[in-house]
Amino acid sequence: MRARAPIAATIGARTGPALGVGLLLFALAWVAYKAFGSGFGIDGGVPDWIRVTLAGLTLSGLYFVIASGFTLIFGLMRVVNMAHGSLYLLGAYAAFEFQSHHLISWGWGVVVSSLTVGLAGVVMHQLFLRWNQGQELRQALITIAISFILGDQMLAYFGGAQHYVSPPQVLSGNADLGIFCSTGGIFGGCLTFPWFRFVALGTAVCVALALALVLRKTRFGMIVRAGVDDEAMVGATGINVDAVNAVAFFLGSALAGLGGALAGVFLVIAPGEDADFLLKALVVVIVGGMGSLAGAALGALALGMIETWSPQYLPGAWSNYSILLTFLLLVFVLAVRPFGLFGRPT
Amino acid sequence: MNAALRADPARWINRAVAVGVLLFLVLAPHVVSDFNLSQVGIRSLWLGIAAASLVFLAGYCGMVSLAQAAVYGVAGFTYADLVVKLGIGQWPAIAAGMATAVAFGLAVGLVSSRTTGIYFLMLTLAVGVIVYYFYLQVEQISGQTGLHLDHAPALVGGDTISHPRRLYYAALILSAVVYVFIRYLVRTPFGLSLQGVRDDPVRMHSLGYNVPIHRAFAFAVGALIASVAGILSVFFNLQVSPSSIDINQTIIVLAIAVVGGLTRLEGAWVGALVYSVLFEYTQPWAAHLPSFFQKPLGSERYPTWLGLVFLVIVLASPGGLMGLWHGGVDALARRLGSRPRVGPAEEPATHG
Repeated sequence: MRARAPIAATIGARTGPALGVGLLLFALAWVAYKAFGSGFGIDGGVPDWIRVTLAGLTLSGLYFVIASGFTLIFGLMRVVNMAHGSLYLLGAYAAFEFQSHHLISWGWGVVVSSLTVGLAGVVMHQLFLRWNQGQELRQALITIAISFILGDQMLAYFGGAQHYVSPPQVLSGNADLGIFCSTGGIFGGCLTFPWFRFVALGTAVCVALALALVLRKTRFGMIVRAGVDDEAMVGATGINVDAVNAVAFFLGSALAGLGGALAGVFLVIAPGEDADFLLKALVVVIVGGMGSLAGAALGALALGMIETWSPQYLPGAWSNYSILLTFLLLVFVLAVRPFGLFGRPT
Repeated sequence: MNAALRADPARWINRAVAVGVLLFLVLAPHVVSDFNLSQVGIRSLWLGIAAASLVFLAGYCGMVSLAQAAVYGVAGFTYADLVVKLGIGQWPAIAAGMATAVAFGLAVGLVSSRTTGIYFLMLTLAVGVIVYYFYLQVEQISGQTGLHLDHAPALVGGDTISHPRRLYYAALILSAVVYVFIRYLVRTPFGLSLQGVRDDPVRMHSLGYNVPIHRAFAFAVGALIASVAGILSVFFNLQVSPSSIDINQTIIVLAIAVVGGLTRLEGAWVGALVYSVLFEYTQPWAAHLPSFFQKPLGSERYPTWLGLVFLVIVLASPGGLMGLWHGGVDALARRLGSRPRVGPAEEPATHG
């Protein structure tokens, strides 16, 4: 089993990207054909396309919020937090719990849930992870064990039933987009989209901008970026690395909690969702590249659009197989860039 | 005390214990009840084989894979589909199930062979969960409530519930075959180069070895071992459903390997025994374990128990129970006046 001949390697290195890009272009062309092929009128595919695409963008935004916390923690500390999905679910259950006991309003519920989950993350980091810094595998195993315990305890407390968080009155209705209006009958009216999903999308955009600003412009962001490259050197300049790590872990966990609290309104809260959202976070950061914020945004966009477009635009008999598209996304990205689109080897 | 014993007492203690354990395993059907033989014995053996596939990859190739449950699921589903839906004979179905799993393993190995360490762990976890969702969504393949066998095939004794001995011996022999196979394989040139890839991929590459291909083939070998466990699990459970390979099952296989000792081959079966005993015997009284959130205590909190054991082992002894065992035996040997043995690496390499 000697190394391949260079020529074969070159061919392999060129066909991979070509095949991936070709497939991507074909998929986009197919969606465009289905959406615009029957004209731009109200009877065409455009209203559905707008609705589905907006839903996809919302989902992408949610994935970004969750995955950005995951990638932030990894980028700074090299900790792969396998309990990130559990923290997401904890945030969703916390928001549900605050609401079902009428403790605080919905908005404050989101804030307090995020802070609670952030605190839980810090406790986990301080108790179990801090003194294992640098042992990646051991830290991953520890967080896996914690996610196992957390999942079982949440099942014990909240049961197997599905829960929802109801949005506040102002956000519970649909936004009238004022296009593709029809008249007459009970189906009259314009194209609508739930207000709450706009809020979720807006929140995601705000989180992205805030994170980018914090990382680029503040002293804390400067320390984090330096820590990504050389943590020992940052410590040697007199900065309290432990404190910075704790803040980063708080922030990353709180983002998972925020995602959960938002998702509780338009997705189900149930046992097993922790694994589901750990998968989403993993796929997003594997595709985008671990530790990269831009990569997380791109990965979240790719995953969100695949998940919403494929049930809509795949031929009916194939729609069961839509999960394979996620797999294909992973395969092609990794075949071309083993460390993800924006990733770099450690 | 003869000369050989004095020269290396630890080795002789281990050998004596190994012979004792083997003797017990062979005679177990005459000693323990049929219930324990089945629920603890057979469960430990098939889960041990599944965990052994992970120990092979982690210990000798430095690849901690979380896709092993998915791989044995592929074998189990393929076998059960062919037998239940198409009525194909046992041996062809078994062969097809194992071949499909190996082909799948090779494909996943090729995709993931360029990633190493913690990236590999994440990628295989993603693959494992995707396989779970695949079987969950595609009910034509997985059946609406999973695939069920009326009874185990005649070649493992038909009615395995009231007469588990034949299946027990089948699982025991397969476990022994898997153990000897791995022990043999890691001494072959291929196995030695795998360990070279584990320890220093850059140097192996500059020596002219194709590192990704080695990793991919290693993953296929791991899939072959896991597929044996997959077929056995269908014989044992008489069914296979998406929940047989969900993330909890993935973590259970990992926990078994870690509790036994991620780099110790024997540890796979030791960990599986610990799991089976926990599974079978903590369920009644685990109900009294207080939930941390103090609300209704479910009747089945054994995942919490397993998680706690897993956590304590990871925190306290990275070498797992086998690491503790070897540490204890070596300490005893030192007291008897010999130099400590040089053991294998405590932790698999995680850096590429």
